[in-house]
Amino acid sequence: MTPEIGYALTAVALALALYGAGAAAIGARRGHPALIQSSQHAALGVFVLIAAAMLLLVYAFLTFDFSVRYVAMNTNRGTPFYYRITALWGALEGSIILWSWMLSLYTLLVILRYRTRQPEFYPWVLSVMLGILAFFLLVMTIPAPPFQRLTPIPPDGRGLNPLLEDTGMITHPVALYLGFTGFTVPFAFAMAALITGRIGDEWLTATRRWTIVAWYFLSLGLLIGGWWSYHVLGWGGYWAWDPVENAAFMPWLTGTAFLHSVMIQERRRILKLWNLTLIILTFGLTIFGTFLTRSGILSSVHSFTQGAIGAFFLGFIALVLLGAFGLVAARGDRLKAQGELDSILSRESAFLLNNLFLVAAAFTVFFGTVFPLLSEAVRGVKVSVGAPFFNLVNIPIFLALIFLMGVGPLIAWRRASRENLRRNFLWPVAVGVAAAAVFRLLGVANALALLCFGLVVFVTATILMDFYRATRAKLLSGERLLPAMGGLVIRQNRRYGGFVVHLGILVIALGVFGSNAWSIQTETTLGRGEAFQIGGYHVRFDGLAASEESNHFKVTGTFTVANNGHRLAVMYPAKKFYPQEQTPIAYVDYLMGLREDLYLVLGDFARDGSQATIKVQVNRMVTLIWIGGLILTLGAALAVLPDRKKA
Amino acid sequence: MNRRGKFLLGGGVIVAALAYMIYAGVSQSVVYFVTPSELRAQPVAGKAYRLGGMVQPGSLKWEPRSLDLSFTLSDGKAAVPVRHKGTPPDLFAEGRGAVVEGTWTSDGYFKASLIMAKHSEEYKAPQGAESQAGYKELLRTLKGQPGNP
Repeated sequence: MTPEIGYALTAVALALALYGAGAAAIGARRGHPALIQSSQHAALGVFVLIAAAMLLLVYAFLTFDFSVRYVAMNTNRGTPFYYRITALWGALEGSIILWSWMLSLYTLLVILRYRTRQPEFYPWVLSVMLGILAFFLLVMTIPAPPFQRLTPIPPDGRGLNPLLEDTGMITHPVALYLGFTGFTVPFAFAMAALITGRIGDEWLTATRRWTIVAWYFLSLGLLIGGWWSYHVLGWGGYWAWDPVENAAFMPWLTGTAFLHSVMIQERRRILKLWNLTLIILTFGLTIFGTFLTRSGILSSVHSFTQGAIGAFFLGFIALVLLGAFGLVAARGDRLKAQGELDSILSRESAFLLNNLFLVAAAFTVFFGTVFPLLSEAVRGVKVSVGAPFFNLVNIPIFLALIFLMGVGPLIAWRRASRENLRRNFLWPVAVGVAAAAVFRLLGVANALALLCFGLVVFVTATILMDFYRATRAKLLSGERLLPAMGGLVIRQNRRYGGFVVHLGILVIALGVFGSNAWSIQTETTLGRGEAFQIGGYHVRFDGLAASEESNHFKVTGTFTVANNGHRLAVMYPAKKFYPQEQTPIAYVDYLMGLREDLYLVLGDFARDGSQATIKVQVNRMVTLIWIGGLILTLGAALAVLPDRKKA
Repeated sequence: MNRRGKFLLGGGVIVAALAYMIYAGVSQSVVYFVTPSELRAQPVAGKAYRLGGMVQPGSLKWEPRSLDLSFTLSDGKAAVPVRHKGTPPDLFAEGRGAVVEGTWTSDGYFKASLIMAKHSEEYKAPQGAESQAGYKELLRTLKGQPGNP
């Protein structure tokens, strides 16, 4: 009965979501509070139903209920307990449940917060969010139902994709979907603003913190994805410009642009149209990402017509874009700026440039991702552009963005005087240039790395100088050092939260440029007892062992690693053979360090254990990326605290 | 020039620079998907290709010590010799599909920088008796080897 009950739950949730969306809209139009109230109840009902469906699916996983097709496809009797729970989001259908559940959770939070606060907007926000939720529930009932009966019931399931048996893969989709669905809140407020015609700053101020939360989770999702790729996939990298990665990166870029440009509208009453465009694009890209990765269109333009899911998503994207931009056009008269740009040397134009570059980066990523499809559809020639394209085009853009990160927060509004520029930037520029010169003298020859280092030092100097000056002002007014610093950070949490996020991004940038400039790798075959040298490490092959695990076989190599004659560690890279998979899965072993990681991947081996081929990498500065992620988390937490200035 | 004009001009210059970067990026890194017969018909040395075909039986040579890998990819009509330095990926075998990325050399062979074995999409019954036996054999041969924890 489980498949039928589950399907019924999703179908009723769909009906309720549709009803709720309609009731809220009619209630708002005609001014019927009772209808809006009823819509709230519907939203609560949707949340409960989706939660029940999700729990039912988890229960089916835990009890090995292979009458549910999704369970049979994504687990087997050997799958460990925790991975049976997280197998819920191991494939498309379950991911959509998780996605909808998060969206219904955000809807509930919006109801709790705004039901008495934003009487004009709120019903429309509710209506839009329930409408979007209805789309995902529709996907769950027609093209991708998680509850589908499988007959005959197989004795055992196919098993979870072994690559997903990892903590990174448990948390990565959760963070990513919290980010994706989170952008629905500012989008729904933007739509409500357009529908009601109240296109002031209210929708922006109301959604500022929601946007930070969504942005943070999306960033976290991307970082965990990189971490997972690095320590599970065994190719030694964290980012490959793979379409699946690009799909999540595009909304991050436009979302970052949005996060910055709202500040300009708040302060100067300009860029209204631009902000609406950015949030529509960001939301559209979150849906587009799912379309791109799940419709099968990437393998070929022609494969996407095979499944209905692609058509559903494409139709929904068209509906969202047409509807949203239609509303924008209808409200064109109210989108006039109430101010104008005064000078190129101003904070406004620094932010505007930042936006231009972020959107340009998003466009190049989009272009590179869909270029093969365009080429195949238009010219009939199958081509692809890989990582070289993305690197070539994006590296200058990102360097420019880092530079602007130093300029934007300090340059004066409206028009920067010569005095303002000298006061804010003379020292940081000098320090940045000097740092680059020192690095050059220390033997750093890579021009890109030098440029990146210089820029990072410049931006760090601007942040430190700003903090120093603000603290000094406090000290002069009689405060003591620590209370002065703490007070600044807490009282101006938005500004300093932003700075801390910037520091996190800088550390990540160092990791990215450093690892690209200095990582080394080699592949070699060693006989038992034989050793070789790489980057100061002495790696000796000691032998192979095989073992039988709960759901796979494992061949483990033993390697002894020494550095300057000191024995550092014994490392065990392995290969795991899952019966349900055609290829073995590499199990990477690595020594992680602040400066560099030693990264071992077992390749081919002789069956008698006398010889093994390994890939060895010395990956430099990669750890900085994960540290940067932690700093970014701190900054986002600080920025999302309630504003103290108004209180 | 008025202020608005300056902003438009500045924006225009930036957009033009970006457009040029995209154009240059595409022309430098575009990779053409070809079959062995398409490559044989018009081979251009130095151009980047992604070549897909079947690994011809009897052509595969892999020397673990030097990491030299060579084989012939064929589509039934034409065959292309391929050379690569590195371990063959799992699943890579004679008679199976493979995709290689690299360049055609004027010496008459395809120099691959990346080799991908093609997965077959068919559903494979779990716990296949044949693979099970293979693993048991592996457990047996590796038993009692040094390095066995």
